[in-house]
Amino acid sequence: MTAAQAQDAAFSAAQPDGELVYFSTKSGNTHRFVEKLGLPARRIPLNRDEPPLRVTQPYILITPSYGGGSTQGAVPKQVIHFLNDPHNRGLIRGVIAAGNTNFGTAYGLAGRIIADKCGVPLLYRFELLGTDEDVARVQQGVDAFWKRQP
Amino acid sequence: MTNAHTAQGTAPRLSRVDAINWNRLQDDKDLEVWNRLTSNFWLPEKVPLSNDIQSWNTLTHQEQQLTIRVFTGLTLLDTIQSSVGAPALMPDARTPHEEAVYANIAFMEAVHARSYSSIFSTLCATRDVDDAFRWSEENPTLQAKSELILERYRADDPLMRKVASVFLESFLFYSGFYLPMYWSSHAKLTNTADLIRLIIRDEAVHGYYIGYKFQQALAEATPERQAAVKEYAYELLLELYDNEVKYTESLYDEVGLTEDVKKFLHYNANKALMNLGFEALFPSSVTDVDPTILAALSPNADENHDFFSGSGSSYVIGKAVATEDEDWAF
Repeated sequence: MTAAQAQDAAFSAAQPDGELVYFSTKSGNTHRFVEKLGLPARRIPLNRDEPPLRVTQPYILITPSYGGGSTQGAVPKQVIHFLNDPHNRGLIRGVIAAGNTNFGTAYGLAGRIIADKCGVPLLYRFELLGTDEDVARVQQGVDAFWKRQP
Repeated sequence: MTNAHTAQGTAPRLSRVDAINWNRLQDDKDLEVWNRLTSNFWLPEKVPLSNDIQSWNTLTHQEQQLTIRVFTGLTLLDTIQSSVGAPALMPDARTPHEEAVYANIAFMEAVHARSYSSIFSTLCATRDVDDAFRWSEENPTLQAKSELILERYRADDPLMRKVASVFLESFLFYSGFYLPMYWSSHAKLTNTADLIRLIIRDEAVHGYYIGYKFQQALAEATPERQAAVKEYAYELLLELYDNEVKYTESLYDEVGLTEDVKKFLHYNANKALMNLGFEALFPSSVTDVDPTILAALSPNADENHDFFSGSGSSYVIGKAVATEDEDWAF
């Protein structure tokens, strides 16, 4: 068994229904939020020279949204590349977006774009690191979401 | 290079000036934020403020005076940030690109400060504006907040300079920003609100970036120094908050909005702390801002697209979001 397969087995054992996949820039806001969730999660690599992430089971994607107002550039390039892989794209079940209401209509825009393109629901939005309440709602929501999945 | 700073666990200063090479980055975040700030660039002339003249004339004299005072207070904060705050961060920069981003921030804050004067010259009587500037010079709570920030900018502590700067960008503006969002939610001064939204968008990027640089420097400090800075940061926030409550009462008591403005302060204080990488302080029971204000700030924000609780069914999959990023392959 390769290290990657062992990791997959560990994830499957911990969370039979699905997992989280997330991206976080060097600012680490989304990473901090995912840490607080305490759920099995894999990170989309920041740098191109790292091996690309390939998922093996259904997942919910958590991504930051880049602010500014334009749809161009709202979704991080690394997330676009991850989703360009049809295998990865086929296993996405929902999306959660981090953002900032200061960006007005563009708050969490990356989440809406991905939901549209992949035909999955935008499950939740939170700001910056997320509050304790956001963490609790996502923990409960993710659990209930997987239970409802066929 | 100041050894005192490195001993305290803060970043060494750039010791000399070299020609800046944007094709050799030490930190990708510098270019990412530079691109975002420059693509967000705007000038007040692009907002048709004169369309608000009729609306302005429907406000009572008291409401007009409040609005001019609020904007004068915001002008002071933008002036501080442009003339003192952003320039004070430059010597602490870790990369030449970071210095360039602060130069952009300094200029944009000058644009913000200039915008309020555009609003004044379009909508207001000169005498009323002159009165408000006099008021700002004499208002004790406005002067106190200015002094609390300026003290940190002048002191020899690069980490606390960034803390003060993030609190200004992400917290202190919001007692003021509340009012144009309130007017907008009542279909008043809507063009002015559009201009303020551009300022609000800029401040989010400023607070995020300065907070990011703060976290980088803090991570290099000793655990003792980290704990001390965190404590100073929360102390400063509470000191600013106490003053902000008094400032808010002095402005908004007469129109009965103080309690809701305070919720907006709590909500934004939490975001300011998060920009520094710290946990939120105010519980959700005191951050429940009037949904119409949140909607004025960010349409649909109050719905929160909460699919989990069943309240977010408003978001329909397939609602077209015009997108085209050349990287997408599907």
